[in-house]
Amino acid sequence: MSEEFKLEVVNPEKSFLSKDDVTEVVAPAFEGEIGILKDHISIISFLKPGIIKIYSKLGEEKYYVEDGIIEFKNNNLSILTSSIFNIKDMEKSKVDEMLRVAEKETAKDNISDQAKYLIDQKIEVLRTIN
Amino acid sequence: MASLDDLKKRIASVKSTQKITKAMKMVAAAKLKRAQDSAEKGRPYSEKMNNIILNLSEGISDKENAPKLLSGTGKDQIHLCVVMTSDRGLCGGFNSNIIKKAKSYFSRLSSEGKELKIITVGSKGNDQLKRVFGDKIIENISFKNSKNANFFDAEKVSKIIIEKFQKEEFDICTIFFNQFKNVITQIPQAQQIIPLKTDIDDKEKSEDNYEFEPDEDEILTNLLPKNISTQIFKAMLENSASEQGARMSAMDNATRNAGEMVDKLTIEYNRSRQAAITKELIEIISGAESL
Repeated sequence: MSEEFKLEVVNPEKSFLSKDDVTEVVAPAFEGEIGILKDHISIISFLKPGIIKIYSKLGEEKYYVEDGIIEFKNNNLSILTSSIFNIKDMEKSKVDEMLRVAEKETAKDNISDQAKYLIDQKIEVLRTIN
Repeated sequence: MASLDDLKKRIASVKSTQKITKAMKMVAAAKLKRAQDSAEKGRPYSEKMNNIILNLSEGISDKENAPKLLSGTGKDQIHLCVVMTSDRGLCGGFNSNIIKKAKSYFSRLSSEGKELKIITVGSKGNDQLKRVFGDKIIENISFKNSKNANFFDAEKVSKIIIEKFQKEEFDICTIFFNQFKNVITQIPQAQQIIPLKTDIDDKEKSEDNYEFEPDEDEILTNLLPKNISTQIFKAMLENSASEQGARMSAMDNATRNAGEMVDKLTIEYNRSRQAAITKELIEIISGAESL
């Protein structure tokens, strides 16, 4: 029996990615990373800034996300996100720029704890990409 | 009867108008294709989002303490209406259809004694509404500088709405936009987004039990604001496709009318030219006879 399931990544503008030979996905869920294999129980969770790793026969792909929702049901994994980038396509200058913006934001003192937590996460992830 | 020169001028002016409308039609057709594409591509996201929320709201255990964005404030006294129109004119009944729909809704509200607040998105709607409902408009947003409908603009609008909701400035929020059906038909829509209306008899209703991480309430609190952005974005996409469609058919009509007018004027021009020639001939002949 195959160990593959379907993955669909959509963002508001278009369907970003669609694959049906995925064996494992590791996503940065809000309460920690979750790995999803075939026949996982139906789950809904949302994402914090981090890296989505998609494993298929062809190897591993990595995507950077800032937020999103993840739904797994009947071996269909949907990831809804408004900000997703393939790490391969992310240039260093762009990452630097994002990092700078994020750092500026976290320095403000009028943001909520949760927002600060998310931005700190983002900075951490961006640093690892760099 | 107008003189020959006048007729000539009129024909020339109608012809140049026809050229403009023809060009606008072609531009609209090209843009329509793009707008329609992005409206179609945007659909899966909002559908999926809707499904998830549907599943969530069914799974929620404590309906009393559900997030306010889902359950509402419990009142329906103050209504916020977000009227989404275009920034440009010359698109047939596109803007007036939304305004008409919105106005009939407004008058129903006022006859029921509800309070009304309006946010206009797009300058054309603002222009039309400010004469009668000027004192009700609390915000006017316009995206003249963005070329296409994009998600950031939608997020800006939804941020404003959510902020106002949290300050308890309104109880119910409805958005008005044109749904794109085809090039000729656009259906003005009124969609309530706060509190969220879920169609219980939706056939997508699933019996599955989901695992939620973290719990339903927390996911919902995070998801609902996003859903509002999504709904507004969807409305913007539908609107931009509708706008181009409406403009295309309006300009098509205008081009055709201009063509008819040119034909009519040309016949009139030829007739008067012929009449002038005949008159001249009669004058010459009768002049020769009298000699």
